[in-house]
Amino acid sequence: MKARASTGRTIAAHAVLLAYTLIALFPVFVIVINSFKSRKAIFADPLGLPLPGSFDLVGYRTVLHQGDFFLYFQNSLIVTVASLFCVLLFGAMAAFALSEYRFRGNTLMGLYLALGIMIPIRLGTVAILEMMVASGLVNTLTALILVYTAQGLPLAIFILAEFMKSVSDDLKNAGRIDGLSEYRIFFSLVLPLVRPAMATVAVFTMIPIWNDLWFPLILAPAEDTKTVTLGAQVFIGQFVTNWNAVLAALSLAIVPVLVLYLIFSRQLIRGITAGAVK
Amino acid sequence: MASRKPVRWHIAVFLAPAVLVYTALMIVPLFGTLAQSLMNHDATGARIFVGLRNFATLFGDAVWSDAFWNALGNNTWFFVIHMLVQNPIGIALAAILSTPRLRMAGFYRTAIFIPTILSFVIVGFVWKLILSPIWGIAPGMLDAVGLKFLFAPWLGKEEYALTALALVSVWQFVGIPMMLIYAALLSIPDGVIEAAEMDGITGWSQFWRIKLPLILPSVGIISILTFVGNFNAFDLIYVAQGALAGPDFSTDILGTFLYRTFFGFQLQLGDPYMGSAIATAMFGIILIGVCIYLFGIQTRLRRYQF
Repeated sequence: MKARASTGRTIAAHAVLLAYTLIALFPVFVIVINSFKSRKAIFADPLGLPLPGSFDLVGYRTVLHQGDFFLYFQNSLIVTVASLFCVLLFGAMAAFALSEYRFRGNTLMGLYLALGIMIPIRLGTVAILEMMVASGLVNTLTALILVYTAQGLPLAIFILAEFMKSVSDDLKNAGRIDGLSEYRIFFSLVLPLVRPAMATVAVFTMIPIWNDLWFPLILAPAEDTKTVTLGAQVFIGQFVTNWNAVLAALSLAIVPVLVLYLIFSRQLIRGITAGAVK
Repeated sequence: MASRKPVRWHIAVFLAPAVLVYTALMIVPLFGTLAQSLMNHDATGARIFVGLRNFATLFGDAVWSDAFWNALGNNTWFFVIHMLVQNPIGIALAAILSTPRLRMAGFYRTAIFIPTILSFVIVGFVWKLILSPIWGIAPGMLDAVGLKFLFAPWLGKEEYALTALALVSVWQFVGIPMMLIYAALLSIPDGVIEAAEMDGITGWSQFWRIKLPLILPSVGIISILTFVGNFNAFDLIYVAQGALAGPDFSTDILGTFLYRTFFGFQLQLGDPYMGSAIATAMFGIILIGVCIYLFGIQTRLRRYQF
């Protein structure tokens, strides 16, 4: 009796999740299948799979001849990975200081750093641009990395501090009794324990950086510092009516972030399960 | 006890890198913007201090205030839809995903999160295609199940466009509450769940009575993240409807209003001073929401240390 109820529940769970998965993936599916079809087939049968009669790579040929997409990928990758590294390291350090130690100004510092969650960094764009011009960092990837690090830090600190509060005090005190320095306690005791939170923060930090259109457009629009999102947007602007090319460009813009996400998502699974096994 | 210790340098070392980068690139430019909202230019174009006159214009002059209240109202509706649709769906998906021994949970979680990783450029373009009455995947699909009469060019109708875009945004971001709640649910110790099962509390009643109270701090976090995200939103409206947030400003939210004012559009020149005033107003709105959360909600939530 009990077994049957739980089987029914499992089937219901799969039905719900499968239905939602279809909703989530359907638009991506539409872009990708149509990018492999001829122009006529795109309009005649938008949901048809690319079959021998309708299969056509003309969109991809246009994209590869027009834009330097490999360079764009490389730029996006450098910016994303470097910013992510800085956000995670600096963010975890600050979160540890805030959640672990009682010191004068702790609450104030926490509020000061949390301020950045609520303010879009874009509000300061003009001042940032002036600063980058003055320091000669315009049209460099360094400018983007600095801005994205500042953008990602507040949320990272907020979430990580929230998680670090639930790390057992006994464990840290045991470490202190064993004579570990505060740095060792942070790097070898606390950091591994908040890995699931780190993976979560990594995914949340990475996505807006990869997808950002605003700062690449303003701070680094030069041809050799273009990110892939900016490249795709410029491309859509130029090829509005060439649907093959636009769909192919969009497919190409999806692939790298998808791969990056799939790699991280395995870390995420490992991190989450490691956190759950106590 | 702490006060008797010597200076604890490690605290400064832990805080320094984050505080430096954050201050230089976020706080300093922001204060530049706030200061600018109190400035305007005189007849010769020189920058002068005008006090709160920009705000008097923004709230009092009908040309500005109509647009401002319209944007604020739309933005509130945008937020309400996210709270009513996105977060409950996210929590429900996380609860189902965390069913013990559920096969393919990793696959579902990965797949449902995929829209969140897509850029607005892609999301805006693809939903315009799907909802388009001309190319028409949506009308075709509704036709296939005999519901064609339900179709309307949603993005082109004043009364539907904002709701349609809010739902597209929900579609894109439902993965975020799902992931945060899922991580919180997994961090509930097995002992608590086992004890509940011993007492005969299983299934939905276990979720409502045991798990939900334990994950309330995470629910609080996703609510405030949704609030901040929605009142900063800009990109989706911009890529789908353009800076004019059509039809007839029915999808105009604070972000697009700020953008138009700050950088100008078509024949209107950009006005950095009024733009700064709008940015400051947005800052105020968000500050109020965050204070309500921090002092009214967060302090009342009970936190459990496992």
